[in-house]
Amino acid sequence: MSNSRFTRRGLLKTSAVGTAGLAMPMFFTSQANAFTNEPTGSTVTLGFNVPQSGPYADEGADELRAFQLAVEHLNGEGDGGMLSTFSSKTLDGTGILGKKVQFVTGDTQTKSDAARASAQSMIQKDGAVMISGGSSSGVAVAVQALCQEAGVIFMAGLTHSNDTTGKDKKANGFRHFFNAYMSAAALAPVLAQLYGTDRKVYSLTADYTWGWTQQESIKAATEAMGWTTINDVRTPLAATDFSSYIAPVLNSGADVLVLNHYGGNMVNSLTNAVQFGLRDKQVNGKNFEIVVPLYSELMAKGAGKNIAGIVGSQNWDWKLENEKGARYTGTNAFVQSFGAKYGFPPSQAAQTCYAQTLLYADAVNRGKSFNPCSVVEALEGFEFDGLGNGPTLYRKDDHQCFKDVVVVRGKENPENEFDLVEIVEVTPADKVTYAPDNPMFAGGDLGACNPGA
Amino acid sequence: MLGLNRRDFAMLLLVAALALFAPFILNPFPTASGLSQFNAGYPDLMQRFVIFGIFAIGFNILFGLTGYLSFGHAAFLGVGSYSAVWMFKLLSMNVLPALVLSVVIAGLFALLIGYVSLRRSGIYFSILTLAFAQMSFNLAYSVLTPITNGETGLQLALDDPRILDAANTAGSVPVTSLFGLEMRSAVTLDLAGWSFTFSVGYYLCALIMLVAFYISVRLFRSPFGMMLRAIKTNQQRVNYTGLNSRPYTLAAFVISGMYAGLAGGLLACMDPLAGADRMQWTASGEVVLMTILGGAGTLIGPVLGAGFIKYFENIFSKINDSILHQWFSFLPDWMENLLVNIFYPFVGKGWHLTLGILFMLVVIFLPGGLVQGGQKIARKLGFGKKSNSDTPAE
Repeated sequence: MSNSRFTRRGLLKTSAVGTAGLAMPMFFTSQANAFTNEPTGSTVTLGFNVPQSGPYADEGADELRAFQLAVEHLNGEGDGGMLSTFSSKTLDGTGILGKKVQFVTGDTQTKSDAARASAQSMIQKDGAVMISGGSSSGVAVAVQALCQEAGVIFMAGLTHSNDTTGKDKKANGFRHFFNAYMSAAALAPVLAQLYGTDRKVYSLTADYTWGWTQQESIKAATEAMGWTTINDVRTPLAATDFSSYIAPVLNSGADVLVLNHYGGNMVNSLTNAVQFGLRDKQVNGKNFEIVVPLYSELMAKGAGKNIAGIVGSQNWDWKLENEKGARYTGTNAFVQSFGAKYGFPPSQAAQTCYAQTLLYADAVNRGKSFNPCSVVEALEGFEFDGLGNGPTLYRKDDHQCFKDVVVVRGKENPENEFDLVEIVEVTPADKVTYAPDNPMFAGGDLGACNPGA
Repeated sequence: MLGLNRRDFAMLLLVAALALFAPFILNPFPTASGLSQFNAGYPDLMQRFVIFGIFAIGFNILFGLTGYLSFGHAAFLGVGSYSAVWMFKLLSMNVLPALVLSVVIAGLFALLIGYVSLRRSGIYFSILTLAFAQMSFNLAYSVLTPITNGETGLQLALDDPRILDAANTAGSVPVTSLFGLEMRSAVTLDLAGWSFTFSVGYYLCALIMLVAFYISVRLFRSPFGMMLRAIKTNQQRVNYTGLNSRPYTLAAFVISGMYAGLAGGLLACMDPLAGADRMQWTASGEVVLMTILGGAGTLIGPVLGAGFIKYFENIFSKINDSILHQWFSFLPDWMENLLVNIFYPFVGKGWHLTLGILFMLVVIFLPGGLVQGGQKIARKLGFGKKSNSDTPAE
């Protein structure tokens, strides 16, 4: 039972103890570091934060392999991969600025909250100076904002939303991967050529930042060439069965289905669509077609033979150098060392993560400091080559890379389980470049670089 | 003291001491040693410990006292977070208005859901709350996108109005603070290989947790708490004696919802982002696990359970195979690989598995949760209280 008698002495005692306890931490002074997690020993720690569970787990696993490979190469182990083809020659296998590279990993669970908790622990506990990874734009945007606040560099992995370097761009964040606008710009001419300029589109869109911006981009690009959009339906990211979304497509009068889905979502929705017989249908006197704007080998593998003949775009493909020549040098070197270590060719997610790690290391070496502001300065406006994508520019205005985009199509008769897509066309970088103030990217502000501390 | 009897006051002091010295207690290993992997004394995780402690304390007021098992408590956590972030966006980066609003909104929301759900008891009540929580999740996830920003999560932007704050010229999003005391500011104490971090945010959370804990102790010991226990024991009998039990359960539900809202608001204060997955049913299930793991109906149990689960989520999930290889590198190669293969499924992305096994063990062998385990050990060591060794500590 309660007895609520406060005695004067009791109150004084308690408050004295309480005040002393609260004041205690204030006696210590904070360490005088120039920036967050300044590496002082003989090692430097990078944080690789990838989805190890959830709809993008396959991509996450491949990203992690690429990160491990990149760290090996930076430390002078293995065959060096793209170090030899990279146009900047500051990386010599002695780590970064002479410090051996270590890394920590975490699971984003494809959830913003979990991803931020994981990144926080890398920054606060493990002393990471750079965070990379993420296979979802929602997560990338959230972690990028965190890195900006904490004062570390964020090298985005697989994130395709316009917002990552548009509305939600941050000074400490950089993206090597291409984006939804570029996909749409590269796809539209190919689609016009293949399917004509008079088509009616029905689209299913993953309901988050990436899906929204991709749908917006595809709509703008296809409508510019004469297509019309009949309907757009948003689907939850966590959905695994799309039959209820596919059924209405049959009677909508549309003759093209655009699936703005990725990873496990896309595998499931495409399979549903094929099972409903959409591919064999004739609508408005034309063959019904399915388009998957963002494509990957991992998804092609998951979707099996349903992928045959489906058109989409990729950031990179492991056959690029073999088929399109020495412009894409670096590709074979990377595929070689990845294949030797893991026994299969890398996905585009792996390539972008590998490239990002090298780019970060090189920027530190060139700026001769791990200070985020020095890294930002070194990367802004940086032109490089030899990382598999051809000549590339890291644009100063929004920290987005501009490079060629690969348009691909699922092979009708794949020869083996790794060679599932064929390259239809490579769209040169200048065809997919946009002004920094493009309305689809408006509303954000890079702000100033934040070194933390 | 403070209106508590000796045992409860001792418990309050114990919790206060644990909270105060958490940066030391949770960092038992030197930074350079291989075991530093198991250190949990960094601000973000310590904040999570106490915040989810508050969440579980609140849940325990409902579940531990009235026996009503709510499967939708994460909805209040999420509502609290959204309210707090909106406060940061519109009003000021000061955490005080944000916390007040998150508690108030969560309380109103709990009143609404509780009014409907408490018409049923038992499994029907659980299902109703689960349904409401899933509804809120789906609303936040897709329908209310303008308010919640959907899957991406609600975040601060440079051009938010923040009418009470001075114009922002720094070029970066301002940080949350309590009258100028920044939540993220921290000091580090380096002592012979150890490194201890004391952060403002953590101590604010810990202070609020202590107040929350104190209020919950008073509730447990009050006539109101006794009423709630009567409802748990035999609600029909309470009704037949002419007492209307619904106002009591509703009050407990609202109080517990406000605790959840406070926890959600604090989460947003420490890290200004609110995502819809905070409201998902898995999050609701997690608080049930915390409470049962720690010991439902006990005072300190939920806090322990919350710490336990968050520790696994954040520490075990980060052990990858290369770290395992480091640990066993002194062994011959074949043995190293064998051991790594044995342990690997239980760490890294397999942390759920380890947690599941531990949860099973606790439920089977210690139905009273970790608190019961602690009591058993204490009795073995001879500290047992002879008079009431069979009643669970409260």
